Amino acid sequence: MSYISVGERIAIFGGVYNNHLSLAALKQDASGRGATTMICLGDMGGFGPSPDKVFPLLQNDPNMFVMQGNYDHSIGNRLEDCACGYTDPRDNHFAQISYDYTAANTSDHFKDWLRDLPTEFRFEFAGKKVLCAHGSPRKVNEFLWESNSSDIFLDWVLDQFECDLLFVTHTGIPWLRHLPSKDRWVVNVGAIGRPANNGEKHVDYMLLSTDSQGKPHVEHIALHYDYEALAHEMREEGLPEEFVETVLTGWWTTCLEILPAKERAKGVY
Amino acid sequence: MQDLQDYPTLNFQHLDTLWLQVTGTLCNLACLHCFISCGPKNDNHPMMSLSLIKDTLKAAATQGTREYYFTGGEPFLHPEIKEIISLTLAQGPLTILTNAILIDDEMASWLAKTFEDSPYSFDLRVSLDGTTPEENDTIRGRGTFVQIIAAIERLVGHGLNPVITVTTCHAELAADEGRQKFIELLKAHNITQPRLKFLMPFKIGRESRRKGGEGCYTPAERLYLEDVPDPNSDHLQCDSCRMVTAHGVWPCPILIEEEGARMSDALEDSLHPIKLNYSACYTCHVGGVSCKT
Ligand code: SF4
Ligand code: SF4
Ligand SMILES: [Fe+2]
Repeated sequence: MSYISVGERIAIFGGVYNNHLSLAALKQDASGRGATTMICLGDMGGFGPSPDKVFPLLQNDPNMFVMQGNYDHSIGNRLEDCACGYTDPRDNHFAQISYDYTAANTSDHFKDWLRDLPTEFRFEFAGKKVLCAHGSPRKVNEFLWESNSSDIFLDWVLDQFECDLLFVTHTGIPWLRHLPSKDRWVVNVGAIGRPANNGEKHVDYMLLSTDSQGKPHVEHIALHYDYEALAHEMREEGLPEEFVETVLTGWWTTCLEILPAKERAKGVY
Repeated sequence: MQDLQDYPTLNFQHLDTLWLQVTGTLCNLACLHCFISCGPKNDNHPMMSLSLIKDTLKAAATQGTREYYFTGGEPFLHPEIKEIISLTLAQGPLTILTNAILIDDEMASWLAKTFEDSPYSFDLRVSLDGTTPEENDTIRGRGTFVQIIAAIERLVGHGLNPVITVTTCHAELAADEGRQKFIELLKAHNITQPRLKFLMPFKIGRESRRKGGEGCYTPAERLYLEDVPDPNSDHLQCDSCRMVTAHGVWPCPILIEEEGARMSDALEDSLHPIKLNYSACYTCHVGGVSCKT
């Protein structure tokens, strides 16, 4: 188990998807809010431009803890695809474009780094046990969507993995759930690499701190960054216009089949 | 008698998905490819009573169940379907597999409101087996294409977006071109976010008798130990689901008419390893089939 020691304000984020511009913005924004620890829940590649640009922002920082997502596992181990398991041929087509692009443009030493990353973090915070995982604590590529994760199930997960606060990513859409039975929380931090299919151009992360009574407090932060510059870079790199559209509009255009009915109904496509 | 030694074992991980055969084997249709021979007169598995459903939901809650699926038969034949839906949705996300024909305007409107009001996902999966009456009706029965399309229009009219489930009896339906035809059909009926699921047919139940028995599994179509050497393999749905009917608990929605597949009376007594000793298991393994959406 990877126990880490953390500060009093912690920025927790995931789903970088090659977006080095939002990652740089996140570091600035979180520091500005007094965060002294940053935790990245993985999925560095996919979707955006120039994969190698994100690694200098993540490495060699004693206050930055980075874990491996499914994408990082695939890229690090030089696998053929991202193992996202889409069945729709159109989704597969676009997923493969970003995967092949990311694999071809990630340097070998960064691939090795991705391969060797830890897969979970644990720490104590305000007397509570915190667990960070990529998809879910039991499976790296399990999707915890807000609308298809019952309280009953989440309580079971927290019991199984002995924690009071659980942070995950992997779906790209943020949510927070308070579980009243034992006063616990499950938080999906969303993604900083791509907007959350809500028509907004910003991306999302979470800030963990304590409230006036010394209890853990999780704040959802809308992170603004230069998305037009990102769209420009994506076009320069010849990435599909469908991806650029998402950056410019805040609506997902591909890989929609995995969305549960509720999340799907909120989008345009 | 089969020698069970020769078949792979699959461990049970956790009850992620609970299936409820709410109307048993009773259906308003009698499709030729139905893998459980459902029909208006088949009460092999009768309807589940409201009190049995309540008890089952309670048992599922103590297991930390994530999500629920209703199937049949035709779930909308159940006289108390609204109450059953509400009770289940209070506990977790729900998907209903239906042929949709019985969903009238009043029901469609109630379903849409229920979808809006529920914090958990509430999904309908409507079966349609072709993009033309000729294609669909040879399998699902005369006149059903028009009825199903009308029902889809009612649902869409009230703001719902069902997943259209296609059984690939005509193999070409799953190919790109067949898929495109379905997308176009749905677009023509105002569905701007097409949601499709293609399912391989299981060659049991009525499907096995279609085409004069040609549709049966051959003795070679079975699983051997070496097919699933790891009992913790996670590629089969039955490591994390169970099916409850009025007659007890089964490992999955597929096997409820297979002799010997019944596991127990109570849900909590069925959460243990199973033998993959049915021909249908071959389809799940080879085709990567999951009944979930
Ligand atoms: S396939 Fe579905 S609709 Fe057709 S008879 Fe079987 S249960 Fe009824
Ligand atoms: S038919 Fe499929 S789901 Fe059912 S027990 Fe066999 S492998 Fe599992
Ligand atoms: Fe992921």
